[in-house]
Amino acid sequence: MSPEHADRTRGSPHGAPGAEQEPRVGVYVCHCGHNIANTVAVDEVAEWAGGQAHVTVARDYKFMCSSLGQELIEQDIKERGLNRVVVAACSPHMHEKTFRNTCQRAGLNPFLFEMANIRELGSWATDDREAATQKAKAQVKGAVERAVLQRPLDPLYVDINPNTLVVGGGIAGLTAALELANAGYHVYLVERDSSIGGHMAKLDKTFPTLDCAACILTPKMVDAENHPNITLMTWSEVLSVHGYVGNFSVRVRKRARFINEELCTGCGTCVEKCPVRIIDQNFEVGLGYRKAVYRNFPQAIPKYPVIDPDNCTFFQRGKCRACEIVCPTDAIDFKQKDEIVDLEIGNIILATGYEQFDARTIPQYGYGRLANVFTSMEFERMVNAAGPTAGRVVLRDGVTAPKRVGIIHCVGSRDKKYHEYCSRACCMAALKFAHLVHERVPEAEVFNFYIDIRAAGKHYEEFYHRVLSEGAHLIRGRVAEVTDAARGPGEEGQLIIQVEDTLIGKQRRIPVDMVILMAGMEARKDARQVANLFGLGCDFEGWFTERHAKLDPVVTMTEGILIAGACQGPKAIPESVAQGSAAAARVAGMIGQRTMKMEPVRASIDADSCSGCRICNNLCPYHAIVYHEDRRVSEVLTALCQGCGACVAACPSAAISGAHFTRDQVMAQIEGILWDARQPEVLWLEPA
Amino acid sequence: MAKPTFAMYWAASCGGCEISLLNIGEKILDVDAAFQVVFWPCVADFKYSDVEGYPDGYIDLCLFNGAIRNSENEELAHLLRRKSKTLVAFGSCAYEGCAPGLANLTTNAATMRTIYTDCLTTDETRDRLPQPLSMVPEGEIRIPVLYETVRALDQVVPVDYIIPGCPPEAHQIAAVIQAVISGVPLPAPGGKVIGAGTVAVCEECPLAKNVKQITRFYRPYELVPEPGICLLEQGLVCMGPATRSGCGALCPQVGMRCEGCYGPLDGQDQGARMLSAIASVVAAGGPDQDEAEQEHAIAAVMDTLADPAGTFYRFSLAHSLLRRVRVAEPGT
Amino acid sequence: MENHFQPIIVGFLCNWCSYRAADLAGTARIHYAPTMRPIRVMCTARVEPEFVLKALREGADGVLIAGCHPGECHYVEGNIKALRRFTLLKALLRQFGIEEARVQLVWAAASEGKQLAEAVDRMTEELRALGPLRWRETVLGEQPVARRMAEAEVGG
Repeated sequence: MSPEHADRTRGSPHGAPGAEQEPRVGVYVCHCGHNIANTVAVDEVAEWAGGQAHVTVARDYKFMCSSLGQELIEQDIKERGLNRVVVAACSPHMHEKTFRNTCQRAGLNPFLFEMANIRELGSWATDDREAATQKAKAQVKGAVERAVLQRPLDPLYVDINPNTLVVGGGIAGLTAALELANAGYHVYLVERDSSIGGHMAKLDKTFPTLDCAACILTPKMVDAENHPNITLMTWSEVLSVHGYVGNFSVRVRKRARFINEELCTGCGTCVEKCPVRIIDQNFEVGLGYRKAVYRNFPQAIPKYPVIDPDNCTFFQRGKCRACEIVCPTDAIDFKQKDEIVDLEIGNIILATGYEQFDARTIPQYGYGRLANVFTSMEFERMVNAAGPTAGRVVLRDGVTAPKRVGIIHCVGSRDKKYHEYCSRACCMAALKFAHLVHERVPEAEVFNFYIDIRAAGKHYEEFYHRVLSEGAHLIRGRVAEVTDAARGPGEEGQLIIQVEDTLIGKQRRIPVDMVILMAGMEARKDARQVANLFGLGCDFEGWFTERHAKLDPVVTMTEGILIAGACQGPKAIPESVAQGSAAAARVAGMIGQRTMKMEPVRASIDADSCSGCRICNNLCPYHAIVYHEDRRVSEVLTALCQGCGACVAACPSAAISGAHFTRDQVMAQIEGILWDARQPEVLWLEPA
Repeated sequence: MAKPTFAMYWAASCGGCEISLLNIGEKILDVDAAFQVVFWPCVADFKYSDVEGYPDGYIDLCLFNGAIRNSENEELAHLLRRKSKTLVAFGSCAYEGCAPGLANLTTNAATMRTIYTDCLTTDETRDRLPQPLSMVPEGEIRIPVLYETVRALDQVVPVDYIIPGCPPEAHQIAAVIQAVISGVPLPAPGGKVIGAGTVAVCEECPLAKNVKQITRFYRPYELVPEPGICLLEQGLVCMGPATRSGCGALCPQVGMRCEGCYGPLDGQDQGARMLSAIASVVAAGGPDQDEAEQEHAIAAVMDTLADPAGTFYRFSLAHSLLRRVRVAEPGT
Repeated sequence: MENHFQPIIVGFLCNWCSYRAADLAGTARIHYAPTMRPIRVMCTARVEPEFVLKALREGADGVLIAGCHPGECHYVEGNIKALRRFTLLKALLRQFGIEEARVQLVWAAASEGKQLAEAVDRMTEELRALGPLRWRETVLGEQPVARRMAEAEVGG
């Protein structure tokens, strides 16, 4: 059968029972008050539609979406025996659901309804009445032709496993895990680092209340550790994710700590006696040291240390065993192996957080070259009482207190060369730093260099005024350069901050002896791999994409995969906590329903038509397509499919069908929409 | 009882179909025994006037091979349709235009120029193109008019069955003929494909198939394929995934990409489907690139696929959605 | 003389970005050429090259495919899949003598109603300059059935 004759074979394939009956289409053209009727000759469209093939009844009405309008449709379905409904009105994003429900109420499957958008895409976009009317007819014709081929579809129901996986043990993930655990559901909390707590565990004080971060965070960490509904898996990573909402199978690798957790009491003697001392690039961001057997910080949860085999003398040279010798409970186990754990879960919350922008990327700010240029995270560790300097604010030499401190905002943020976005939390952190410098070194002078102060938050503006009143100098202007090249008296031996003070309109050179770079947030380097692993989207910057930026911020396009915290975009603690709770609430809601209803717009493969060519196998972003080696056919796992249709369009033998957007349906719509342009099929004719 | 009547005709084609029919071996004797041949210009002397003399519907089975390229082809298509109970589009030319259909990639004028003017071995001094009507001392000579667009048989007359292939495989022909002789009922007519499979060639192909990631395309002369592995994966444009099975995957088995001679699966545009499939598995333009880089990387891979139209529509151009190319001024 | 040819464009709009962009253009009362006849698909990756050829064959003067910007696809990278197919399709259409402006792929985020409207206007102007396509009539030389029958009667 030639492709151009395909329209004559319509209706035969994939016929659902009952769908073979003669199509009886009702067409309803909405005036939308004057919104449509002013530009489109609605009565003309309705009258014309009434004369088209398959159309049983065509009407125009003032407001189709009104209850009277809907009753009109219901009545016609029942009395005129309509088995297809087309409404020409506004955008389907506005009222598709409304009219689907109308059909359902009258006993017609909601997927036998089709909408023609003659308002947003028609009357509102032109004032050419003739053209708008012609276009509306084409859209109606297309909708009718398509509706005729539509098949009744039923929603899919899947069971929801009540267990949840939370990936990331920072404040967002921690909150989500605790919320769900408190609601009575089991949570697996997987954290890549050796301890939960995330970035927040590194902080000293939190703005604007100046609570001690540890004081508010550690109780939550302890709760998580002790909670009967939480299985804590630190030093662990997710290797693979299979399945679909309600029924995920996740494989996790628990890396070997070389410490027997059953025996370890967390006394810390091994850490004390370990002879190896290396710079801690992770938790102390290079500012402090750790041992080869270590804990990130004293209150780390879990309390068990880890041995770092790359730096451990025993692993490198086969000697030492100091830790093994001193351990009072024989908990050191050099033979420990990575462990693979398989989990069965229903929902996944990703709270994988952010990374700090690498300040070395901006050479003119001198980080890594000029000793007394610090990053904001270095400063956080410095002011932390548990940090490497025990909370003393000192220069790189470890003893000298600074006299003049420059704090540069927006390092790597709000800059088209690096990240165009605002990192959101740094303005307030910078003001907090100004306060802390004043507090720790009362005689020091502080200069904040900002573009705008973004203090939008509860009690934020008040905090800004407090810092101002404490005597911090705020200079509005993007810093051009930090240099140690003195130009005049008073500059020798100092770091000079070159800036245009845009409030007075002058170039200024401000000598300081310490510079803090408020490096912004960026997506984790492996965000894209993580997104692929879990089958969700990333934007260009690498932030995970939510379903709707405003109305659905913690849900992704992949059913059952949620996001919370800074992995979705820069966030401070309160927003991360709010998102963690929100994600938990969504999951709890889903678990509460026990089953979930899903849109039936999905792809499926006709096994009899599949040749096993495997073209489709790597096209699905949700890994919904599996290949059966034994039968040499591919299959779409229906519950995993999100209905994009990428595989449908790619299948070289058209063995994949996309429900509600089948090839026949779209082809018919194309013919319909071109009703006035196409010529009737030319068939064989005897020569004249 | 009289034997059923049999006819075979040869329009715009190479003759391979006739040879393929003879290739069924000694079964050809069964054909002779079962049928009375009433028209078969290739093997026996019949005149068109003989056919015109038959009553309508006289021929029980007519195998029509060759595309409709000129007025003679078309006239015979109508004539044989009228005289035949069952008309079969036999082979790729009659079914979908095949190689003659590739003339639809150009114009008659250009084709003529290539053959009669630009060809190195042509005697330029004569500079004569064949004319539909020539006057010679003996009178006038008419030759059929060459059409601008090559058509498939079912674009000219209704066809009852299609036996695809370039040429149809002998064992498939034998099976169909055996079925007809033994009285097995055929499916309801209406242009149904018989004597072939219902899925794509890959199903019959024994080469190992993996997930596909193509980073460049190769023409057959550019690559000695790794044996035992799917040719498409290796960058050869194997048409197997979009081509109807029935041949037994003869070509890919010996390292030659499928060129698509069994045509598309039901109701499809073979070239467009293959294009979509193959472009889908091109591994270029990752999400870590910006828009311009993506476009550039993708275009670079696609550029290695020479002659998409000729590759994807080698057999099915005349029967595809667009059927032929568009030229600025028709006839030039 | 002013060109009054009103081309017909079949527009394949993805549900998440470009269809919403078109909705937005309407809501904002941005007027643009009423030449684009929309077909909603879930993703540009659903658009088969056959749809494009079918539209051109059945009388469209041009085909517009509009999707989310790369990196913003709701199905991770469906738009890149569309771009891959579109790139190869363009090479094919070139061989078929179909001008580049007749089949276009554009990106329009849900917020870019104006950009989508401009794309339709721009394409309309380009098609106006190119003139009608009318594939079956001008390329395949088909005439409407009715006319041929009438001619046959006159001839007979």
